[in-house]
Amino acid sequence: MIEVENLTKRYGRHTAVDGISFRVNKGEILGFLGPNGAGKTTTMRILTCYLPATLGTARVAGFDVFEQPLEVKRRVGYIPETPPLYPDMDVHSFLDFCAKIKGVPKGERKARIDDAVEKCRVGDVRRTLIGRLSKGYRQRVGLAQAILANPDVLILDEPTAGLDPKQIIETRELIKGLGGDHTIILSTHILPEVSMTCGRVVIINKGKVVAEDTPDNLMHRMQGAATLRVEVRGDAAAAESALRGVPGVLAVRTPATPSSGAFEVESAAGTDVRADVARAVIDRGLDLVGLTQAGMSLEEIFLHLTTTEPVHGDVPPATTEMTA
Amino acid sequence: MNALRNVSALVEKEWRHYFGSPIAYVALTIWTLLFGAFYVLVFNRFLEVSMRSAQQMEFGGAPKLSLNEWVISGVLQNMAVVALFITPMLTMRLFAEEKKQGTLELLATAPITPWEIIFGKFLGALSLFALMIAAGLVNFVLLWQYTTVSPEWKPVATGALGLLLLSACFIAVGLFVSTLTRNQIVAGTVTFGLLLGFWILGWMDDPSAGPVTRVIAYLGLLPHLEQLMKGVLDLKDIVFYLSFAVLGLFLAHQSLESQRWRA
Repeated sequence: MIEVENLTKRYGRHTAVDGISFRVNKGEILGFLGPNGAGKTTTMRILTCYLPATLGTARVAGFDVFEQPLEVKRRVGYIPETPPLYPDMDVHSFLDFCAKIKGVPKGERKARIDDAVEKCRVGDVRRTLIGRLSKGYRQRVGLAQAILANPDVLILDEPTAGLDPKQIIETRELIKGLGGDHTIILSTHILPEVSMTCGRVVIINKGKVVAEDTPDNLMHRMQGAATLRVEVRGDAAAAESALRGVPGVLAVRTPATPSSGAFEVESAAGTDVRADVARAVIDRGLDLVGLTQAGMSLEEIFLHLTTTEPVHGDVPPATTEMTA
Repeated sequence: MNALRNVSALVEKEWRHYFGSPIAYVALTIWTLLFGAFYVLVFNRFLEVSMRSAQQMEFGGAPKLSLNEWVISGVLQNMAVVALFITPMLTMRLFAEEKKQGTLELLATAPITPWEIIFGKFLGALSLFALMIAAGLVNFVLLWQYTTVSPEWKPVATGALGLLLLSACFIAVGLFVSTLTRNQIVAGTVTFGLLLGFWILGWMDDPSAGPVTRVIAYLGLLPHLEQLMKGVLDLKDIVFYLSFAVLGLFLAHQSLESQRWRA
């Protein structure tokens, strides 16, 4: 449905997008992941024919974005990072205007607006001025605008930015529900969003694609070594030597605060050392209070791929935003 | 057909902005008040002068004064200057606001062409001006109602047409300037400065001046009204106004496209 080949965009000397290529199949939800300034918005603007590319080609539904922009625009629904809305219009007249310029035939207009209003749950503010709406409602009106003409492709630039947690969950569910009928590209720098909604992830950094796979595969691939979190109550030194003595263990990291007793144990990929670890701890007369498999989270992968610094124990919790 | 629908959708949207905010009401109020004020002033002066002229007639004659030339043309000429002041207020937001709000991205990614956007906005502003002119013309109905010698209707029609053509040029300038910035105040001020400049150019129109001065003076927007105010529909003036307006719209188009490439 979407084919991007060697796409490059330069602003003067600065290269925002540097020869990226990827494909999105029909009905797929692709997560477009990267730190701020990685070139996500620029790529999306090229795909929606808002900006011309410096080099390379992009095709949407078989139409080149540069050669046949009107055909592409007819098939793409787009929400920029801040939804483009007229504050002095009410929701209904705004959607009516959008339906007209998107070429929705007169006979279908009412039905399409009703459908978009229902899907995005903005029915109760239909006659309210957009300027009076809360951020969450505005985002939903923006989404209603994007799906209005029932486009084949939806391009959503950080659709959950600035929403509260409840709204974020609602928006994600809405987007998930739209997959299948629509081909979706969703950009974000919030990692859980990707693993929750997207079938495939493209990670870009400094204008280049650094990884492309399903969220699960990415996690597997990055797990060269399995990591265990072992919590031990008792003498820390004794615990450490016990853990080091377990066959198959490659490295043991001591806890940052000795009193917590939380060790990280790395073992070779494909080996399960949990039973041996438990026995070793108990045989030394220490208490084993916790044993969990710490897979590499998407956050760690992301940081691993997009920063040069090695990632260790100080990974932020799974729900924080990455602003690296 | 599609183009027509897109343009009319934009015209409708512009009207929603004009009438959904105080802009249209302020513009209409100021315009009609000034129209009425000039009408009263010019008409009183006309009465005074024609009274004096009637006295002179007894001693062998001054030319007969025409209502058309004195009152109607006089008021319309004054309103041309008022239009110059009001236009920046109507045009400054056309593109500057869309850019600031980010809604230009909505228009630019919809399946419509830049020309359709420009024409829609242009016609939106021009139709508001047409409404203003029509509202002002109501004043002249009184002349047919209460004078013994009715004025000719043709100079009224061509004069109103002239005023509309002039405002089309003003709007085209304002629309172009509005594409250059995201700040409405800057757009309005620059538009006002430019329009004032084109007005002053007209003052240089002097038959004894050199060819260069005369060419520059030809660009003055107001002198081209003269023939139209007299009821003479000269193709030269109409072509001048239309090409001036088209040039402004063309520059607006180029400005939008070049910003897309440089962005």
